[in-house]
Amino acid sequence: MNITKTLDAKGLACPMPIVRTKKAIEEVNSGDVLEVVATDAGAKSDLTAWTKSSGHELLETKEEDGVYTFYVQKG
Amino acid sequence: MSEQKKTNIILFSGDYDRAMAAYIIANGAAAYDHKVTIFHTFWGLNALRKDEKLRPSKTFMEKMFGKMMPKGAENLPLSKMQYAGMGPKMIKNVMKKHNAMPLDDLISMAQEQEITLLACTMTMDLLGLKEEELLDDIEYGGVAAYIAEGEDGAINLFI
Repeated sequence: MNITKTLDAKGLACPMPIVRTKKAIEEVNSGDVLEVVATDAGAKSDLTAWTKSSGHELLETKEEDGVYTFYVQKG
Repeated sequence: MSEQKKTNIILFSGDYDRAMAAYIIANGAAAYDHKVTIFHTFWGLNALRKDEKLRPSKTFMEKMFGKMMPKGAENLPLSKMQYAGMGPKMIKNVMKKHNAMPLDDLISMAQEQEITLLACTMTMDLLGLKEEELLDDIEYGGVAAYIAEGEDGAINLFI
């Protein structure tokens, strides 16, 4: 997977992970992959719902020691 | 993407926790690319007050109201556990620990995300609040301004 940009949203609480992700996705091109790293437990369902509704694709989600990593491909 | 959806929130409450909920939802909706409007009426107007010493010309009653109501977002009381001011101090401590954004930052974030902050002019008159006492770059309107946005809103909330 070719990662274009990484967003470090660790330590941020709701609604910041989604607000920052939205800003970051605006800075990449269609088809690019944005990596989002977050520690907010709500981020998992938030990111999933957000990508679906915003026309992007969630390629992969990882969880390790309370750290969530998301790979979002811009639609 | 389809036509831009709208989220409209009426903030009637002047409680810190309720206003926080309103602004978190508003910022989240803006991240969903919704056109977001927060219509502040009655006690909700106090969230928009500047925490400054201003002396606009006012009647006696208006001055009294001005003194009795909280001045700005960070001075709002909690809906529960106010404990003469201890409650807000405690919750702000916990918020810092959990990296939750305080209300004044949530409001700045809302303005950055181009959320429309609307102040109800009728209730401003009742409470004696003048435009110069409220934050800059907000809009003023009445019920029609809310209905215009609300009638095709995907989400309409009264908080």
